[in-house]
Amino acid sequence: MSGPPIYATTGQRIWFYGFRVICGLIFFFLIAPIIVIIPLSFNAQDFFTFTPEMLRFDPAGYSTKHYADFFTNEAWQVPLMNSLKIAPVATLISVGLGTLAAIGLSQSHVPFRRAIMAVLISPMIVPLIISAAGMYFFYSRIGMQGTYWGVVLAHAALGIPFVIITVTATLVGFDRSLTRAAANMGAGPVTTFFRVQMPLILPGVISGGLFAFITSFDEVVVVLFVGSAGQKTLPWQMFTGLREQISPTILAAATVLISISILLLATLEILRRRSERLRGLSPG
Amino acid sequence: MADATANGLTAEPKSGPMMAADGRTLKSSLNRALRREKLRALALIAPLLIFVLVTFVAPIVDMLFRSVENQIVSETIPRTVDALADWDATSTEAPGEEVFASLYTDLVVAEEYKRHTRLGSRLNYELTGISSVFRSTGRSIGRFDTDIYTDQFIAADPAFEDPTQWSSWMADDGLRTALPLTADAYDAWVGIMVEVKEDDPLEEDIYDFVYTALYRDLAAGAVPAGMPSIDVSGFETVSLRELFIDEDDAWMNVEIWQTIKTYSPSYTDGYFLNAIDMRNGPDGAEWRPENEQLYIQLFIRTMWMSLAITGSCILLGYPIGWLLANLPARTANVLMILVLLPFWTSLLVRTSAWKVLLQQQGVINDILVWIGLVADDNRLVMINNATGTIIAMTHILLPFMILPLYSVMRTIPPSYLRAAKSLGATNWTAFWRVYFPQSVPGIGAGSILVFILAIGYYITPEIVGGTKGVFISNRIAYHISSSLNWGLAAALGSILLILVLALYWAYDRLVGIDNVKLGG
Repeated sequence: MSGPPIYATTGQRIWFYGFRVICGLIFFFLIAPIIVIIPLSFNAQDFFTFTPEMLRFDPAGYSTKHYADFFTNEAWQVPLMNSLKIAPVATLISVGLGTLAAIGLSQSHVPFRRAIMAVLISPMIVPLIISAAGMYFFYSRIGMQGTYWGVVLAHAALGIPFVIITVTATLVGFDRSLTRAAANMGAGPVTTFFRVQMPLILPGVISGGLFAFITSFDEVVVVLFVGSAGQKTLPWQMFTGLREQISPTILAAATVLISISILLLATLEILRRRSERLRGLSPG
Repeated sequence: MADATANGLTAEPKSGPMMAADGRTLKSSLNRALRREKLRALALIAPLLIFVLVTFVAPIVDMLFRSVENQIVSETIPRTVDALADWDATSTEAPGEEVFASLYTDLVVAEEYKRHTRLGSRLNYELTGISSVFRSTGRSIGRFDTDIYTDQFIAADPAFEDPTQWSSWMADDGLRTALPLTADAYDAWVGIMVEVKEDDPLEEDIYDFVYTALYRDLAAGAVPAGMPSIDVSGFETVSLRELFIDEDDAWMNVEIWQTIKTYSPSYTDGYFLNAIDMRNGPDGAEWRPENEQLYIQLFIRTMWMSLAITGSCILLGYPIGWLLANLPARTANVLMILVLLPFWTSLLVRTSAWKVLLQQQGVINDILVWIGLVADDNRLVMINNATGTIIAMTHILLPFMILPLYSVMRTIPPSYLRAAKSLGATNWTAFWRVYFPQSVPGIGAGSILVFILAIGYYITPEIVGGTKGVFISNRIAYHISSSLNWGLAAALGSILLILVLALYWAYDRLVGIDNVKLGG
C-alpha cells in the first residue's frame, strides 16, 4: 500500500493522500506532547518553553541541571525510593495470587465463573477516586491508613485485574494435554506446574507483572489517600509539583519515566513476538 | 486396575449401570471426579478472591455503608433524641424544659468526652451555623447554675455529698427503678470518672448534673425507698431552657431542633439528598435554595464533558483504527508503537506535558504568536478551564478508543467494500452502508470504555481543569481531605459507582469482560 492504485482517479488520489495527512496529524497529536517534554527538560533556564537560545541550538541554552537536581535532591530521591519499595512488593503479591487464580479460572468446570471474574476485574472498572475513598475510610477504620503495607495491599489489589487478564489470555493457548502427559510420566502436581506449565505461560505472567508494576508505579490517586507523607511516591511528588507552582525538575523526572515506559514497551513487544512465534502465529 | 475394569465390564455384560474400577457406578465416579476438579479450581482461586474481597470489595461496601450511616447524633445526645420524639417538628416553638434538661445531661457528658464539636460539625453540614452553637454552649455548660440543686440536696442531708453512699444507692435495683433519670446520669458520671478522668468514682465529688437529674426524678413524684426522703417542693429551681437560651439564643430557633430531630435516626438519606441538591425539611425532602445548588450541575457537567471527550476520541480514533487495520501487518505494528507509547507513558507525565504546552506562556501559545495567529498580549486561555480538560483527557484516553476499534476493524474483510463498489455503490455509500455498520461494535466498546474512564477521572481535571473544568471526582476528593464531610463524599461516590457499574454491565453485554484486551 505504498500509493493509491494505478487506476485511481484524481479525486481518489487527493482523498488517499489527504487521509494520510489527517492520520499523520492525529499521530502527531498522540506523540508530540510526550516528545516535546524531552528537549524542554534540558532547558538551561527555569522556563517551561523553548528559549531563543534553544531554538538557535546554542549549546548555552541546554544543560543537564534539572537532571542533576532530580538525582541529588532529597525531595525527588526519597519519593523515587518509596516508589521502588512499594511497586515490586505489590507486583509480587498480584502476580503470585493472580497467576494461581488464573490457572484455577481456566479449568473447564468452575462454579460461579462469571461472578468471580467480575469481582476480580472490578478494581480496574471502579473509578480510582471511588477505590481511593473506600480504601481511605476502611483502612483508617482498621488502622492501616498511612502505613506502608496499606499502600502495598491497595496497589496489589489494583494490579490484580491486569495479571488475571493477561495470564488467562495466555492460558487459552495452553495445551492441557501437556500437563496430563507430565502427570502420566510420574510428575507430581508441583513438578508439573514448575517444569511444564510455568515455562510455557511465563511470557503472559511477565507481561501481567509488568502491567501490575506500572499500575503501582504510576498510581497516584489511591496512594494520595491511603498513604501518608512517609509513603510519598514519585507520581505523588509530581502531582504536588504540578498543583503548586512547579520546578522544571518535573520535566527531568518525566523524561526519566518516559525512558522507563519505552523500556517496558520494548520488553512487552519482545514477549509478544516470542509467544506468537512459539504458537506459530506470525512469521517473524 | 486394568483387571478390575475388565472384570467390571465382563461380569455384567447385560444391563444395570456401568461400573468404574472401584466398584461405584460410572456416573457417581464421574461426578466425584468433577466435584474434585471444581474444588481444586476453587482452591486455586480462593486466596485471590479472599484478598480482593478484603482489600478492595470491603472498602467499597464500607463506603456505601458510610453514605447512609448517621449514628453520631443518637450516640452523642441519646437522651435528647428520646425526649424529642414527642416534639412536633412542624411547630413554631422550640421544645420545652424536658428536652432541654435531657440536652443538658447529654452535653455535659459529650463535653467531657470532647464529642460535642464533632456532632456540631456533623449537623453543620445540614444547617450552617449550628457548629458554633454547639461549641460555645459546650464551653460554658460546666458553669450552668445547676449547682443550686447540689447545694440544696447537701444542705438537706449531708449523706448526699458522699460518693460511697451514692455508689451503694445506685447498686440497689429498687432505687434505680424508682429514679430512672438519676441512675442514668450517675452511670454516665461513673463512665466519665473511669474513662476520661481515670479517677476512682468512690472518692470524687458527684457532678451537678446528677443532682439535677435527682431533682427531676423527685419533682416528678418518685418515691425512693432507702434514700433520705427530701421534700423538693420547696427547692429553689432554675429553668434549663432559660439557661440554654441565655447562653445562645439560637436555641430558640426551631430550625436547629428540626435539624436535630430529622437527623436523629441511625441511618439517613440525608447525604444522598445532599448529593442531589436536596435536603430534609420538616415536611420531607425538598430542594435546596437555588444559590446552594451545586451537585446536579456538577454531575451534568461531568457527563457532558465525558461525552465530549468520548466524541472527540471517536473522531480521532476512527481514522487511525481504519489506517492500522488496512495497512500491512508490519507497517501497522510500527505505527502501533505510536499508539502504545502514550498508553504506557505515566499519566502524570502526559498531564505535565499538557500543563506545559497549554500555559499562556507555553509552547502552543508561543508558536501561535510566532506564526502571528494570536497577538502577544491576547494569548489564548487554554488551561484551567473545560477546554484544557477536554484536550488533555482526549489525548490520554485516545489509545483506549483506538485499541478496541482496531481489533474490530481488523476482522472486517476488505473484500466487502470492493464487493459493494463493484455492485455500483459510491465510495461514501460503500463506507456508510457496508463498512461502518460492521465497525459499530468497536465504536461501542471503545466509547463505553472511554466514557467509564473519563467520568471517574481525578488527576487530570485537578491539574488542568481550574474551577470550570473539574469533575465530580474532584468534589469527592475535596470532601474527603478538606471539608471532612465523609458521608457526603461517600454518597457522591456511591452515585458515581452506580453509574459506572451500569455502564460496565452494558459493556459486559456488548463485549464481555473476558474480551478486554490490553495493548493489542
